[in-house]
Amino acid sequence: MLAGRTPWVIVLTLGAAGFLSIVHMPDWAVDYRPQWTAMTVIFWITTLPDRVGVFWAFFAGLMMDVVTGSLLGQHALSFSVMGYLTVELEQRIALFRAWQQAVSIWLILTVERLLSLWVLSATNQPTPSLSYWTTTFVSMLLWPWFAAALRGLVRRLDLA
Amino acid sequence: MKPLFNHGPSAAVRMVIALALAFALIIADLHYRQLDVLRSSLAVTVYPLHFLAALPARIARDVENQVVSNMELRAENDRLHRENLSLRARLQRFASLESENERLRNLLGSAFKVGERVLIAELLEVDLDPYRQQVLVDKGALSGVFVGQPVLDANAVMGQVVRTNPLTSTVLLITDARHSLPVKINRNGLRSIAIGSGLVDQLNLLHVPKKADVRVGDLLVTSGLGGTYPPGYPVARVTEVRIEPGKRFATVSAEPTARLDRSHEVLLVWSLPKLMESGAMTKTDGEHAAAINSNLEP
Repeated sequence: MLAGRTPWVIVLTLGAAGFLSIVHMPDWAVDYRPQWTAMTVIFWITTLPDRVGVFWAFFAGLMMDVVTGSLLGQHALSFSVMGYLTVELEQRIALFRAWQQAVSIWLILTVERLLSLWVLSATNQPTPSLSYWTTTFVSMLLWPWFAAALRGLVRRLDLA
Repeated sequence: MKPLFNHGPSAAVRMVIALALAFALIIADLHYRQLDVLRSSLAVTVYPLHFLAALPARIARDVENQVVSNMELRAENDRLHRENLSLRARLQRFASLESENERLRNLLGSAFKVGERVLIAELLEVDLDPYRQQVLVDKGALSGVFVGQPVLDANAVMGQVVRTNPLTSTVLLITDARHSLPVKINRNGLRSIAIGSGLVDQLNLLHVPKKADVRVGDLLVTSGLGGTYPPGYPVARVTEVRIEPGKRFATVSAEPTARLDRSHEVLLVWSLPKLMESGAMTKTDGEHAAAINSNLEP
């Protein structure tokens, strides 16, 4: 289904997102790190809904599990559900205004975090404090610029 | 061209498949060790990512090293020279003490560890899962690193290896909330277990009786029970002893002496395997320790 260079571009952007999610930051900034990989997955699903879907989300989550050294399957699970939500909501989101889009993205990202938290507590791992949720707001505020930048990339490379 | 009708299973079906896979992975990773092969082969594919992510910090450090002035280098050289001299002086005394200790222990009939082999590894400065106290080091299974291997820095115990990949390995720090480590107080030999708090600068001591002789400033060293850590290495200093009427035990917290958040180089230790089999005393210790060690599920 995916032809030409599109899958490579997606893989590269996911790799870049993975890089950004583990690159060393000062301690105070750690809570404000956006959910780069999740945002990238959402972007590709909303941009190429008939090509990118739940399985891409699953594999992106698996990459996150390996990269961050968390339990294998933890991010894969939350990303799969997040991918599904995005697939279902994608047509609606496309009609929204910018701020409405940002809010729905926040909702989806929050569901992802929620599931991740659930896996953490279900498997008896230490659960984080309230600052765990900061990242969803940071991602929401960043979303318009993030999407615009990636859209520029898509246009320049003439994908879609 | 956009296909008019989507072929293949619907998104919901796909999600169910993906969820089933994810659940299977989680359960397998929690309960069985077989997945380690999968994980380490996946880890090889993301190694470039880890390498790249560690690069900025490494470059920053190199640049810092480059621009350091001649004066500072001289000063540092002087300091190291003095330190080396005093360490050597102490080592002379240490050698004779060690042989005396060994002789005495031979008289008592208990086993004593003769020596250790160490490998210096460098920390890859990447931020792993922010809610666990883990670090990544740049030596892996190819260098002989194994799961359960103790990791030290120049000052004290840092943690143990919980996962090895061919080129890297993950170290669980002693402050992780799922890490526990058998310790004793250096001053009087009182034993306890140090549990990580999830904060980088705090350990808590488990089951310390209220009347126990623990004071602020006491040095905690590894007791060697559990068999993971060699005995006698410094771990932490007691920072607070609180007696609360409502609790059955004293609340004791300690601060790790290792520079957990600042070390760039760590030591991976191989204990010489001679110790475990000889001497009845160590055997009972080992059993006791196995019970303690089962507390730790990385």
